[in-house]
Amino acid sequence: MAAFLDYAAEFIFILCGFISFNAAYRALENENAKVGTTLFWSILGVIFMFGKVLPYEVCGILLLVMGGLTMTHQVQVGTFAPVDQKARQQYSEKIGNKIFIPAVLVAVVALILSRVKLGELALPGAVMVGTGCILALFTAMFICRPNFQDTRHDTARLLMQVGSASLLPQLLGALGQVFTKAGVGDVISTMMAGILPEGSIFFGVVVYCLAMVIFTMIMGNAFAAFSVITVGIGIPFVIAQGGDASVVGALGMTCGYCGTLLTPMAANFNIVPTAVLETKDKWTIIKAQAPMALLLILIHIILMLTLAF
Amino acid sequence: MDYIKLIGIVIIVAGFVMKFDVLATVLIAGFVTGLVSGLSFMEILRIMGESFVNNRLMSIFLVIFPVIAIIERYGLKERSAYLIGKIKNASAAKVLALYMIIRSIASAANIRIGGHVEFVRPLILPMSEAAAEKAKGEPLNEKQRDTLKGMTASIENYGNFFAQNLFPAASGVLLIQGALAEAGYGEVTISSVAAASIPVAIIVLCLSFVQVWLKDKKLRRREE
Repeated sequence: MAAFLDYAAEFIFILCGFISFNAAYRALENENAKVGTTLFWSILGVIFMFGKVLPYEVCGILLLVMGGLTMTHQVQVGTFAPVDQKARQQYSEKIGNKIFIPAVLVAVVALILSRVKLGELALPGAVMVGTGCILALFTAMFICRPNFQDTRHDTARLLMQVGSASLLPQLLGALGQVFTKAGVGDVISTMMAGILPEGSIFFGVVVYCLAMVIFTMIMGNAFAAFSVITVGIGIPFVIAQGGDASVVGALGMTCGYCGTLLTPMAANFNIVPTAVLETKDKWTIIKAQAPMALLLILIHIILMLTLAF
Repeated sequence: MDYIKLIGIVIIVAGFVMKFDVLATVLIAGFVTGLVSGLSFMEILRIMGESFVNNRLMSIFLVIFPVIAIIERYGLKERSAYLIGKIKNASAAKVLALYMIIRSIASAANIRIGGHVEFVRPLILPMSEAAAEKAKGEPLNEKQRDTLKGMTASIENYGNFFAQNLFPAASGVLLIQGALAEAGYGEVTISSVAAASIPVAIIVLCLSFVQVWLKDKKLRRREE
């Protein structure tokens, strides 16, 4: 049964590979960086489809090629025909609220399947999400009767727009693994052990939460902060003292989001919108968010102390 | 002490701060850290390749794209805008509180309703401005207008950030689960992380109601 579930998960990853290949194929029509963009999404497709059968060293080399391509700006969004607003409006009036069904279905199916067990085994995450998506896709096709070409182009556009940055979590996961093998966590732990009173859950939690906030503020990205701070502080000083790992991890991440609310480094959320909304002061959004963020940091510390222990 | 091992963190921080290409930054940080810590080039390739393949779940959202492609083309955003526009006699606080609820639900279901460009500027801000001016009986001055803009944009961020991890396949949840599982905490599942994200989501929802109510009250005062 375990083998079957692994195959089912691989099947979903193969579908992801097809979606990446679809973007690669569409990139052949790119005006800018045709070769690089096609290559980038093809490589990602290969890793998704054949990751389990290729030697890991080969995947490592492929990652380096991908990094080289993005660093030299060889991965670009293609040009797509502008969307016909009038047609959308007409479809929207015709289809009405049914348009929400596929969207809700993805989440609901994933939620239901997360409760299902086959014998002793929980379903792999890929199967939960993938099944929901396949059902939602058929439902959407039934409700909207879309043109296949349109869907193919729109799918490629979505992937190209989120672009290489969407691979950040996965790559940070890999970085975290190198850090672990290299013993980076140990170095931070030893450093912190000199500062933190030994065995103090309270100080461990406070330092972990504040470090998440500060590192997120510096980097402008809670994901990057999480990979570093959780290995260095969260695991040795909070989880290892008996904290529930899921609760500490979840709260650590959202505590990082409080840092996102406070920093101009998270330009997409805090600075670019001031231009979009034409405010006089470019700190307007951060000023509005600051009292909330500070209060939430305090709440995170309290929640972690009470819920995780 | 092997402080040199921390060079990867320095590279990451510097790369992000200087807006260097993120993929390249992370790869360089990994390879430099590995090499100064005595791992061989091949070992680093294997560790990164293996971890990237085992963490493919973090990029599972690719499989959601065709569904989003269809429903967006067939008017998902237009329909949402229509539903929000139907609210009558709203105060600024009510408009923002309602948007917070919708934004949070959408974010928790991983539906892409929202965005400063797509939703706040064309829809939510004009509605909250109109409601605030109606309640006040006179146009807002520039400073008040800025305050309202800041508040509206904040709501977009609160709803986006703190509800997204309720979705078990959100990239944040997958990163938490992946990182902790690799560190040896195999009992952490995407469902347990999503469940642990519920209290904060609810607290932020309630606090945002308080904040918009206070701001609305302040805006109604005649003189600032």
